Amino acid sequence: MDTPNIQKTSLNENHKKRGAKMVSFAGWEMPIQYTQLKEEHHAVRTSVGLFDVSHMGEIRFKGSEALNSLQWLTTNDVAKLESGQAQYSLLPNDRGGLVDDIIVYCLEKNQDYLVCVNAANKDKDFAWMTKHNRGAQVTDESSQWGQIAIQGPKAHDLLKAVFNESFDAVKNFSVLHRKFTNHQGKPVDVIIATTGYTGERGAEVFVPWNETESLWDLLLEKGQPMGAQPIGLGARDTLRTEMKYSLYGHEINDELNPYAAGLGWAIKPDAKDFIGKAAILKGKEAGLKKKLVGLRMVDKGIPREMYTLHSKDGIQTGWITSGTHSPTLDAPIGIGYVDVKDAELGNEIFVDIRGRKVKAQVCKTPFIQK
Amino acid sequence: MVYRIPEDNYYTKEHEWAQVDENIVTVGITEFAQNQLGEVVYVELPEEGQKVTQNQPFGVVESVKAVSDLYSPVSGTVIEVNNTLVDDPAPLNDDPMNDGWLIRIEMDTEKELAQLMRAGDYKKLIAEK
Repeated sequence: MDTPNIQKTSLNENHKKRGAKMVSFAGWEMPIQYTQLKEEHHAVRTSVGLFDVSHMGEIRFKGSEALNSLQWLTTNDVAKLESGQAQYSLLPNDRGGLVDDIIVYCLEKNQDYLVCVNAANKDKDFAWMTKHNRGAQVTDESSQWGQIAIQGPKAHDLLKAVFNESFDAVKNFSVLHRKFTNHQGKPVDVIIATTGYTGERGAEVFVPWNETESLWDLLLEKGQPMGAQPIGLGARDTLRTEMKYSLYGHEINDELNPYAAGLGWAIKPDAKDFIGKAAILKGKEAGLKKKLVGLRMVDKGIPREMYTLHSKDGIQTGWITSGTHSPTLDAPIGIGYVDVKDAELGNEIFVDIRGRKVKAQVCKTPFIQK
Repeated sequence: MVYRIPEDNYYTKEHEWAQVDENIVTVGITEFAQNQLGEVVYVELPEEGQKVTQNQPFGVVESVKAVSDLYSPVSGTVIEVNNTLVDDPAPLNDDPMNDGWLIRIEMDTEKELAQLMRAGDYKKLIAEK
């Protein structure tokens, strides 16, 4: 691939050496798969998979106004975070939509936070944060951090093998400072966060950019007895879709109200003021028109992004935001917006698949039980 | 990866194979195509009696991640459809050159075959991929 100006993670050559199929994603050359998508998907659901997510952005908030700035910029209540805790949150715009969805990692309460943002949105987010900053020291640290996600039922076994301690008692959304020994035998500081995007237990490790390959190779080596393997972006997407996790640009964007996406749990209007609060609440109070639901197919067909959805009377009620064949269920699944009146569990919805109206049904989500 | 590319068949740029027996053409996707798609999980095929046109889509195969059109190597009438694939696409994944065949077409004119590739050219095409 010779696209000019395409960015590469520090593992780029490593992926190619391992035979990964590379694609352009959000301005980065990334592995979409190493073996076969389904096989990688099952590896994460049954043992443990490693994801190079170094393309994700990291923005640091420091100083006495770090908390205040983040409270103003995000929807969740950052004051609730103690040092060593993380939270899912949203970056609202002033029109009732979202600039991005993010995770806020509290390194030191009140004055030091790391914010992980989507790769495709990083520059936009940083500009937005800088513009609406309320006195914090805001730094784009994306080029300094590599990131490896370790996900699966055996993720804790692998963490134990690499970091020589048990993480079984560590709660989800915790943030820990640890060290690993690199290729040259030197200790390297990393930040381990027990977060992820697959629905499995595990961690996301922030590692200095130039040490990422050391940690990656170590994880694969120590993980060999557990069946650890690298996982591409293809399986990352099917794994998150099975959990009905939102992906920016699909379930959420600049226009859509986050309450309609079912993200009200990450919005705390009673706790604080934040950018766009009035606009988001206005949208909610006016009565949400659409609701994000999960769909299972009754008749044959796979729902795909942007396919239109129709109610029984044939009227268009919404659209598919993400759809695939679920490797875990071995069945098609879809996420989509429908009119609130059509959103009831069990309601029949018709998906327009190449001009045919194919019957589906609103179902419980996540699509799989975790 | 070594793909079987039988010398007798014709091939399209879109990676279909066509096996010609007088005026009857059996159509499938090549092993290369199957490998590129990954596991096919869904197949949509035309009905018997339907007309198809050379280089035009006649059906769809879907893997977990993508939808791909199937292109007809010749123009004609569909006389047989491998409907077992619609219920279970496994033969298409396991043996796309034989049990995984898709449709049989009664072709309108043999002249169209001149526009298809033979095995040698098809080998070159996939070698560039």
